[in-house]
Parts: sequence; C-alpha cells; structure tokens
Amino acid sequence: MRGPMKLLSAVYAAAIYLFIFLPVIVLVVFSLQSTAFPIPPFTGPSLRWYEAVLGDTRLTSALMNSLLVAALSSFLAAALGFLAAWGFARFVLPGSAILRGLITLPLTVSYLIIGMGLLVLFNWAGLPKSLMAAGIGHVVINLPLCFAIIYSQMGDHQINIERAARDLGAREWQVLLMVTLPIMWPAIFASLFLSMTFSWDEFVISFLLTRFDTTLPVEIWNLLRSGLNPKTNAVGSLVFGVSVLLAIAFELVLLRRKPS
Amino acid sequence: MSSGVKLNPLAPLLPHHAAHDGSPSSPRSRGARTVQQWALVSPALFWTIAFFVLPFLAMGFLSVTSEGGLTLSNYAQFFTNPSYYRAMTNSLEVTAMVTVISILLAYPFAWILAEQVPERWQRLALLLAVLPFWTSYVVRSYSWLLVLAEQGVVNDALTGTGILAEPVQLANTRAATVIGFVHFFVMLLTLTIFANLKQLSPSYRKAAADLGAGPLQVFIHVILPLTIPGIMVGAFLTFVLAIGDYITPQILGGNNELLMPQLIMLQIGRRGDFPLASALSLILMGVVTIAYIACARWLKIERA
Amino acid sequence: MTKALVEMKNISHRFGAAEVLADVSLAIAPGSYTVLLGPSGSGKTTLLSILGGFLVPSQGKVFILGQDCTMLPPAGRPTVTVFQDYALFPHMSVGGNVGFGLRMRGVARGERERRAREVLDVVGLPEAYGKRPHQLSGGQRQRVALARALVVEPAVLLLDEPLGALDLKLRRQMQEELKAIQQRVGTAFIHVTHDQEEAMALADHCVVINRGRIEDEGPPERVYARPATRFTATFMGESTLLPNAGKGTLAIRPEHLRLSREPGTMRLGEARVTAVIFQGGFKRIVAESMDGQLFIAKVPAETNIALGDKVTPSCRAEDLIHLER
Repeated sequence: MRGPMKLLSAVYAAAIYLFIFLPVIVLVVFSLQSTAFPIPPFTGPSLRWYEAVLGDTRLTSALMNSLLVAALSSFLAAALGFLAAWGFARFVLPGSAILRGLITLPLTVSYLIIGMGLLVLFNWAGLPKSLMAAGIGHVVINLPLCFAIIYSQMGDHQINIERAARDLGAREWQVLLMVTLPIMWPAIFASLFLSMTFSWDEFVISFLLTRFDTTLPVEIWNLLRSGLNPKTNAVGSLVFGVSVLLAIAFELVLLRRKPS
Repeated sequence: MSSGVKLNPLAPLLPHHAAHDGSPSSPRSRGARTVQQWALVSPALFWTIAFFVLPFLAMGFLSVTSEGGLTLSNYAQFFTNPSYYRAMTNSLEVTAMVTVISILLAYPFAWILAEQVPERWQRLALLLAVLPFWTSYVVRSYSWLLVLAEQGVVNDALTGTGILAEPVQLANTRAATVIGFVHFFVMLLTLTIFANLKQLSPSYRKAAADLGAGPLQVFIHVILPLTIPGIMVGAFLTFVLAIGDYITPQILGGNNELLMPQLIMLQIGRRGDFPLASALSLILMGVVTIAYIACARWLKIERA
Repeated sequence: MTKALVEMKNISHRFGAAEVLADVSLAIAPGSYTVLLGPSGSGKTTLLSILGGFLVPSQGKVFILGQDCTMLPPAGRPTVTVFQDYALFPHMSVGGNVGFGLRMRGVARGERERRAREVLDVVGLPEAYGKRPHQLSGGQRQRVALARALVVEPAVLLLDEPLGALDLKLRRQMQEELKAIQQRVGTAFIHVTHDQEEAMALADHCVVINRGRIEDEGPPERVYARPATRFTATFMGESTLLPNAGKGTLAIRPEHLRLSREPGTMRLGEARVTAVIFQGGFKRIVAESMDGQLFIAKVPAETNIALGDKVTPSCRAEDLIHLER
C-alpha cells in the first residue's frame, strides 16, 4: 500500500506544481519571443523585448515611482506601527483593546474599498490624484500589518527585559536604542519587507489615486490595453526576477542571523 | 473593590500598577504616563482615523446623496436593477466555486508536503510552491490570459495532440476567472492547511493507531477534524480576497458577465457616478462583514 | 509458577550509532504492577515503545501471551499505551474518546456507550461522559486517558510517565488511585517513571534500568533494602557509600546511619556536619570526614544538630549492604 501511495502522491504533487508554475513559465519563455505575438510557436530566443522595455521611458519611470512609493510608504507604516506597538505594549489603558482593533481593522477591508474611500475623500477635499495619494493609501493597508507583526513580538518577555534595563539605570532613549530596537529588529525588518512587497505589487489603490505619474503595475495594465504583447512578458519577467532576487536576499539575511 | 480591604494611604504616590518601569527618568505620575502612551499611539491612530475611518464616513454620506438631497435611491438601484444585483450573485457564485475547488485541490497537496516529503526538504518544497506568486499580480493574470488564449499554450496542446479538433474558448469566460483565482488560492490554502497539519501532536495518531484505527480511519476520525481550523482560515481569506478582487475577473473574465468589483469600477470610470459606486462598495463591505462575523462566531463555538 | 504474560528476550536497540538498549530480558507476570525506573536516557521509554509496538527492536524478541509480537504493529497486539501527554482527541467528547477503541473494533453505539460509562465509573469520573477534554483538569484528563485504554480490555496496559504533568499532591493522590484501579481491574500494568518514590509506592515488581541495562529487579522492598548494584543503591533512595578494602563497596541507608556510637553499632569514622536540611518530619544531615568521605543520615526533626558539629557515624553490622563494585 505504501508503494502505490507514494507514486500517486508524487504524480499529484507534480501536477499541482505544474499548474502553479505554468503561467510563469509561459511568461518567461515568450518574453524571449522574436516575433510580435507571445503565443506558440516559440520563435526565439531574442532579447528585443527586454531592450524595448528598458528603452520605454514610461515603464522605467513607472518602475522608479513604484520603488519610491514602496520605500517611503513602508518606512512610514513601519515607523507608525512600531511606535503604536511600543505604546500599547508598555502601558495598559482602558479601551486599548478597542484602539488596537481599530488600527488592525483595515486588514479585513478589500483594497478596492479602501481606494474608493480615499478617492471619494480626496475628491471632496479637492486633493488631486498623485503618487503621494497612492502612497497614503499604501500606508493605510500596511500600517495594520506592521503593527500586528511588531506588537505580537512585544510579549511579556520583552517587557521584562526592558524592565531589567531600566532597573539597571538605563534611561528611556537608551532602553529604546540599546535594548528594544536591537531585539525587535527582525520583526521590524519583516514588516518593512512585507510592506514593500505589498506596496510594490499593489494595483487597485494606485490605479484609482494616480493619474499621470503612476506605478509599475498600473503602467503594465496600460500596456495590456494594446493586447497581447511580448513587451508585457519582458517587463513581467523582469519584475519576477527582481522579486526572486529580493526573496533570496531576504532568506540569506534571515538565515545568517538565526541558524534555524 | 471589596469593602473589607484597607486602602493603602500611600497609593497615589506609588507608580501605576500596570506600568512596568523603575527608571529614574520616566514619569511617575499617572498623568504623565498616560500622556506618554498617547504620544506614542496617536500618530498611528490619527492616520487610521483620517485615511480609513473618514473615507468610510465620506462614502457613507455620499452613498445616500444624489443630485442634491438625501436619498436611498443608490441602494434601491442595486436591488431593483437586475444587472446590478446579478453582479453580486455572480461574485458569490464564483467565490464559492473558487473556495470549494481550491480546498479540494489544496488539501491533498498540503498533506503530501507535510507527510510524504522528508522534513529537510519541506521548507524548500513550500518555497517552490510560493515562488511563482512573486510575479506581479497583474502580470500573473495576464500570463493566464496567454495560457488560455485561443492560440495559447493550452489550446495548442489540445489541438496539437488531437484531443480537440478546434481550439475552444477558454479566455474571457467565467471558467478563466475561476482558474485564475484557484491558481492563487490553492497556494494560500496549502499554506494554512500545511501549518495546521504540522502542529498536530504525533501522539494523536499513535493513540488512534494503538486503539485499532487503520490509516484511513486515523485520517477520517482524527486528522481531518483537527485540520478544519486550517481549512476554515484559508477559506475565509479566500472568500474575502476573491470577492473584492478587480484584476482577475477584469483580465480573464471578459465583459460578458460582471462581478461586483468590476461593477463598482464601472461607475467611477465611465459614468463618474460616485454616489452609486459608494453605495455598491458599502454593500460589498456589508457582505464581507457578515462573512467575517459568521467566521468569528464559528471560531468562538469551536473554542468553547 | 504462573506462565509469564509478557516475555522480552535479549532486546537490543540502536538509534544510529548509539546503543540505547543492551541485551535486556524481562518477564512480566499476569496481574502485576511493574515499574520501569530509571533516569532520562536510560532506555526505559524505548523499552516501553518496543513493548507497545511503536518500535521494532534491532535485536531480540517480544512475546505476549505466548505469541511472538516483535513485528506486530500496535493495533495488532493486546497492549494499549497511555501517553505522557494523554493524547485525548480534542474534537471528541470524553465519551467519544473512551469509546474510540471500541468503535474501531466495530462495537455498536449503544454497547459502546454502556461500556464507556462503566469504565468511567471505575476511574472515578461518572459525570464526565458528555464533557470535552479542555473542560477537564489535568488529573481528570489523565483518568480519561486511562479509561480509554482500559475499556478495550488489553492484556497489558503501558503507561509512559503518566503522572509527570501533575503537581506533587495530585501525583500522590493519582498514585493511590492507579494502584487501586489496577487491583480492581486485574490488568497487568507496566509503568515508566524516573521518580523512585512513585516506583516504590506502586510496584510489586520494580525494574531499575540504567544506560540500556537492567541494574536490578524485584519487589521494591527488596530492591530498596538490598540493592544489587551501586547505581541502584544511589538512584533508588540515597546511600552512604564506603569502600570495602578491595572487596567492592558498602552501602548504608540514611535511616540506618546513626550519628553517635550506640550499643550494638560499629563506628564508621569521624565527620563534621556540612548540611542540615529540614524536611518536615525529619532532618537530612550531610557530614564529611577529614579525607572527604560523605555520610548521609536521616534524623528525627527534633534532633538538636547544627552546622559544624562533630559526629561519629555508626551503624549496625546487619544494615551494611555489600555491593560488587
């Protein structure tokens, strides 16, 4: 019974892996297409579409915009989240459970609705669509995440360590710099990383809140209007490549810190 | 508290019970402590209120206006116009289908990863399963379009090997939307079910086997019931994420049949009817909230 | 002589390169309460796993009721194991848990319920049938685990450190109950523990294991009064150990060691008291001689003795225990 079970399992797993990888494989393979249609038969390999992407200023500036928005909104989200987590963890005030719930609430709301709400608000307030508007939206979606991750690491253990430091004479800023931040840095780093990932790939909020200067996912979407095009494959593959490299870098950083 | 307790006359001078400190530079009085906490917490609170709560209020207000005057006409439109409420039923049908199919495909996969794959390869196997999702979401949906197009890879394979005489329409159908969603949510459910399986104590299995249960019985009576939380969490996430998603149905589903997110976007884009869009958004929020409460209630029952 | 219920013959077991059990042979009589006593890493749990069918030994055979069970899986042998963490199915009621083994054996629902209620009565939990495991205390969960094992009427019940998770008072209470249940039901119990007091309280057959070998076995009174090896003398209770001029070692139990010359006792040396530890009903005295020989004695709590006092450790000749090494 074990033999056929193992075979069946292997076949099933292989089928699922194939299903999971299929779109990515097709994407990358046909990004190297030499003719104009990213569909079989494969007429490559050719780098002409990668050249086209790198030469397309709209795409490259959209890429820069994405990085900018991701970096700034993530840092802000992580900073706000850290301060809030620290505040809640160290002091217990009545109603803090409700406030904590409020800060984590956006996690349960669809990005579309968050984007819609901001669009309505900015419209009414007379604020124009811009990268900053999108950035604000990104902070809204990432703040709860950062807060949740960092707060979950500030358990009693952490409180006692800070207590001990204060007991030994450390002042508040010393506790923060020499005890809290060094111990919390994996959580802070993880929340930064996750926020950047979500922001980098985020479409709906960017779509609703930007107009001329826009982020990469929105620009790719615009490309799609012109139909199936290997240029889209090329930029998609590039984005994929960068993401994979970042993920590997993250793994290495994590592995080097904690032998698990 | 209780009347028999003697109050400590020094109480007001002592540090607040709940505050954990002893440092000479930290504020001793309750008041200063409270101020310090508020100072730390208020930036995040401000942001949440200004850019999350306020927009909701704005949407709520807008949804009950229409060309001057307060009115419920926007909501009425949703319930009376068939193409509007059909968008909601479509969304619910598609999401339900996606949830069920994803669970059925993901569970065996998660089980294989947790049980058949040797321990030291499990992390890599999971990483590999998650890797393709490092592509941009827009790009991924576009890739499925490529795969399912009339001259795309799937049709090519089917006609090439003679299974089909002519290519079949796969893209721009509800099936394509479902495939696009299932692709992502199989991965998500695999993760939640895998995590659940891993944290089951091996003693349960041993005890059941010891009492005479064969492998299938162990699975049905012990493993499956104990992995329901993992399934439920994954299913809930699937529901919430899928029903609010615009990209996949828009790229893969074509415009023959609309789902709620597409309907909402339509009001903004072409028609510029923000009040209606707001009403529709809040209706969608309402459905998600109901699902959320139902899930929370179920979790509470399970715990108790 | 009654035929052995369980016979383990020349069991050896290796985990990789490490030898965990070395040529262990053991016979268990029907209706007995056997305790496998040993420190962590001694191999006692491995031995239990082999008995239960969760491990196949590298060498040796296991016979239960005369049948060679060495290769049989747990379900195929007439044994049931009670695990250290009880392993109660959290998603089933107490009744569902206890009836599980019966269900696997195809017993009808009505009969299952009747027998489950019956055995819950035996373990002292008549009201628990409909409850859930998380609603019960540690001691109650332990009894449900016991009930679940007993209801299928195994020939041997195996218990892997069943009382480890309980506090001292509850542990003592459960020890009494375990013994009473075993005598009432008549099943042979094999109980693994590292707690020598537990072993002495429960066993009619005590097996002392160290580093994969049996150091000593027999009724606890004998094992305590006349330990066969040095290890047994110091693990099963405490001892003062004195070299015996090339002929091995002499051991004396603390309650037999006097701190002054009394008529009929032999003088063992001179020492100074280095520790006085109050233990409620008695005091534990540690004294050290000039050449570093340690003496451990137990004296009544009212005894007037202090750190630094000079004492003359003595004992009766018949209280000396001769050990090989």
